[in-house]
Amino acid sequence: MKKLDRKQMAARVARDIPEGSYVNLGIGLPTLVADFLPKGREIILHSENGILGVGPKPAPGAEDEDLINAGKEPVTLLTGGAYFHHADSFSMIRGRHLDFAILGAFQVSVAGDLANWHTGAADAIPAVGGAMDLAVGAKKVLVMMEHLTKQGESKIVERCSYPLTGARCVNRIYTDLAVIDVRPDGLQVIETVEGLSFEELQRLTGVPLKRLASAA
Amino acid sequence: MINKVFPTPEAALADLPDGATVMIHGFGNAGMPAALIDALIAQGAGELTIVNNNAGNGDTGLAALIKAKRVRKILCSFPRQADSWHFDKAYRAGEIELELVPQGTLAERIRAAGAGIGAFFTPTAYGTKLAEGKETRRIGDRDYVLEHPIHADYALIKADRADRWGNLTYRMSARNFGPIMAAAAKISVVQVREIVELGELDPEVIVTPGIFVNRVVRIDTPMKKAA
Repeated sequence: MKKLDRKQMAARVARDIPEGSYVNLGIGLPTLVADFLPKGREIILHSENGILGVGPKPAPGAEDEDLINAGKEPVTLLTGGAYFHHADSFSMIRGRHLDFAILGAFQVSVAGDLANWHTGAADAIPAVGGAMDLAVGAKKVLVMMEHLTKQGESKIVERCSYPLTGARCVNRIYTDLAVIDVRPDGLQVIETVEGLSFEELQRLTGVPLKRLASAA
Repeated sequence: MINKVFPTPEAALADLPDGATVMIHGFGNAGMPAALIDALIAQGAGELTIVNNNAGNGDTGLAALIKAKRVRKILCSFPRQADSWHFDKAYRAGEIELELVPQGTLAERIRAAGAGIGAFFTPTAYGTKLAEGKETRRIGDRDYVLEHPIHADYALIKADRADRWGNLTYRMSARNFGPIMAAAAKISVVQVREIVELGELDPEVIVTPGIFVNRVVRIDTPMKKAA
């Protein structure tokens, strides 16, 4: 089978974001999605620290320490962009104004529970940032993650073993193997990568999957 | 004549006592009032409770305050970062208490304090470890967690321009927590790049009206570029 690499995953997610969307990209893998948004579509990126209309990385030497994204990397502002304070920024998130939050994850459960902030390890210093607000607030929560852990275990699970970020909040999961919708009646496979059968995906995933008629 | 301008950061912070709750503006280094934090370190107040989104980066600013062992407790959303070594060390040594707050809840708790709100219900963190022990309520078809305001004795803020009434404008994403912290603290102290004559700030673009600001200090720093 042809597993997607990180860039291919980002490109796959980007394809599904329609013109006119307001989108928040989580730190890490989701940030890559910005590079693959189809040219010609006006899509407005939101950053928790008070930016709508986040633009690409500045040219070397043009960075400004007052203009950074939620990952604290230098960014630019698109024409038409705006700045606002943190309470307004999270009103946009919690108040259901964002069309999509695209988040990384450690685990997603069959019910759409999300775990992405804390491994629960006793010696870990917990840090949550805006993840819990995005999980409950965005109109649609899209998760991007590798399908399996380094040990080969499915990150799509019956119940999350890591502490939850939000309960029943994930709408769609994009992995390096498949695109899967979280529906009230269970997980529905939308597509699989080239060379991966539904049966093999089901074997790797463990929890019950439903087959969409058009899926391979 | 109203004049909120103080000559130096030291003068603006001279009365800050041990045990105070101090909000420190900034998201990472954007908006962090470095000169005020340096003055707070020199001033010597300890046993502080600090409210900030993070827990210090590198060796300067809030990180230096933690290193100087002045911080008893910190309320923040994202303490653990690649360069938060001073916090990590103090936390692992049991020298600093951490109250971890989701970022939007942190912002809204600060806003609520400034707005005179007694408490509020938020959907954020419902069903998670961060809501354990908190009152919850089902309103309509959603579950909510009761959260209380965060009040502060002082707020240390960095803005771009001010006038002698304390009206403020900010610069780009360095606005972040400034406006809500200014309203939430009993005494808000603001370092600015420039102090202008009354009337020079366009009333249509003033972000923080002077009613929320007590003290202003001009810090003559060039606009720095990111590392």
